[in-house]
Amino acid sequence: MKKIINQPENVVDEMLKGIVAAHPSYVKRVEGFEILVRANSPQPKVALVSGGGSGHEPSHGGFVGKGMLDGAVAGAVFTSPTPDQVFEAVKAVNGGKGVLLVVKNYTGDIMNFEMAAEMAAEEGIQVEHVVVNDDVAVEDSTWTTGRRGIAGTVLVHKIAGAKAEAGGDLQEVKRVAEKVITNVKSMGMALTTCTVPAAGKPSFVLPENEVEIGMGIHGEPGTHREVIRSANEIVDHLLDKILADLNLAGGDEVAVLVNGLGGTPIMELYIANLRVASVLEEKGVTIAKTYVGNYMTSLDMEGFSISVLKLDAELKGLLLAAADTPGLVQN
Amino acid sequence: MTTINGFINAINDELNKNKEYLTELDGLIGDADHGINMARGFNAVVTKITDEDTDIGATLKKVGMTLISTVGGAAGPLYGTAFMKAGGASVGMTRLDSETVEKMISLALTGIKDRGKAMKGEKTMIDAIEPALEAVRVGIENGNSLIECLEMAIVAAEEGVEFTKSIRATKGRASYLGDRSIGHQDPGATSSLIILKAVTAHYKTKVLEV
Repeated sequence: MKKIINQPENVVDEMLKGIVAAHPSYVKRVEGFEILVRANSPQPKVALVSGGGSGHEPSHGGFVGKGMLDGAVAGAVFTSPTPDQVFEAVKAVNGGKGVLLVVKNYTGDIMNFEMAAEMAAEEGIQVEHVVVNDDVAVEDSTWTTGRRGIAGTVLVHKIAGAKAEAGGDLQEVKRVAEKVITNVKSMGMALTTCTVPAAGKPSFVLPENEVEIGMGIHGEPGTHREVIRSANEIVDHLLDKILADLNLAGGDEVAVLVNGLGGTPIMELYIANLRVASVLEEKGVTIAKTYVGNYMTSLDMEGFSISVLKLDAELKGLLLAAADTPGLVQN
Repeated sequence: MTTINGFINAINDELNKNKEYLTELDGLIGDADHGINMARGFNAVVTKITDEDTDIGATLKKVGMTLISTVGGAAGPLYGTAFMKAGGASVGMTRLDSETVEKMISLALTGIKDRGKAMKGEKTMIDAIEPALEAVRVGIENGNSLIECLEMAIVAAEEGVEFTKSIRATKGRASYLGDRSIGHQDPGATSSLIILKAVTAHYKTKVLEV
């Protein structure tokens, strides 16, 4: 393992300190906890808290700021934060208008965030939660725990955050978040898996000429392996699966997120995006906004995901609203 | 004589010895952190428990709370809940008998099922714990000693762990793999077996000393 770290057990703490050192006007640390909140938190509005295992940076701490999150809880690498940590974050950001928890659909995350919500409710704090499950690679049936939450989560932060910033109440912010979740579909693939610092070696090894389709964001295997193909063929395959789930028609408007998993050059993401744009144009679909870059990473994994969000007037307005965070600035 | 602290330390030793093994099992069908997380949790637990802790129930509740606040993931809430429920069945006790152990495992199992919304046959820790509980019950009916009951539980849990290789995961992160999870052993069921074996081995050495 080659990594720019000191001790594996200190990576999360040192990363959080590093973020605060870089962006003190945006975020501060809740002392004694693995939590970042807005530098001027709490705000007199509905607060958004997200979080999960670390290793997905800039998610989620990088999106704490105006128009997106109020607090982000960082678990150990790829491990959901504990209920007491999430509860502290809720208390730290609660401005009296209630708190919405944005949770990705993983067994551990749901259990820990639900326990935190129970603790907050006992203290009289209004808490609601939404569960993001945008990954169409995973079969959505009673035989799985449902679809995983991946990069589409960032669009939930963006849009629900804009609604909260605009003064929406807790139920309205939750409704908008759920509307995004219903309309955003994603799928990824990987050329390599990743190395968890504490494990010291890759979770598994892919043969030199093979890729993993439907790869998750934790180094967990996807749906199948195949021999690597061209960027256009890969994009077509992922988009086919995504569009099969979205029912887009000519004249529809969408937002696109071409997300790097951490180890892939931005050049390759733009090459993939070119194909996404041309396929959607061919279908008569208008792209209202495109994001290309590393938004929801998986440590050093090489690969990417595509997310497509079907927009209506409300979602479009909120998506295009201003945001000012370390990981996303939009005017 | 032994103390509950001795048992907790025995569990910690075994989980730390098997840290890499559990993490490797998890890497094949999950996110490669189970051994690391369990070791972190129990390393924290042993700093909070001493020989002064004699009330088994109160101590196990403390273990559960510590696991919930240090392990994270799915294992934290599940093992945390299990130890807290087992503690609830043994409050005020300083010695255990077969009936109490049956009640402890039974309440722990119910707690895991409620928190994880899972049942037997879904490739989880339940596939080790439920057969273990059934074996303890058979042992009690047959009038076996506590050690015999625990040894029967180990055999049943080992079969349960073996069984997880043959089935598809329908709960937890391994469920995303669909049929690809078949052939692999469940790390959670394995850690449950390790804990059961650690407790039994420690109990055997200590009983011989009494």
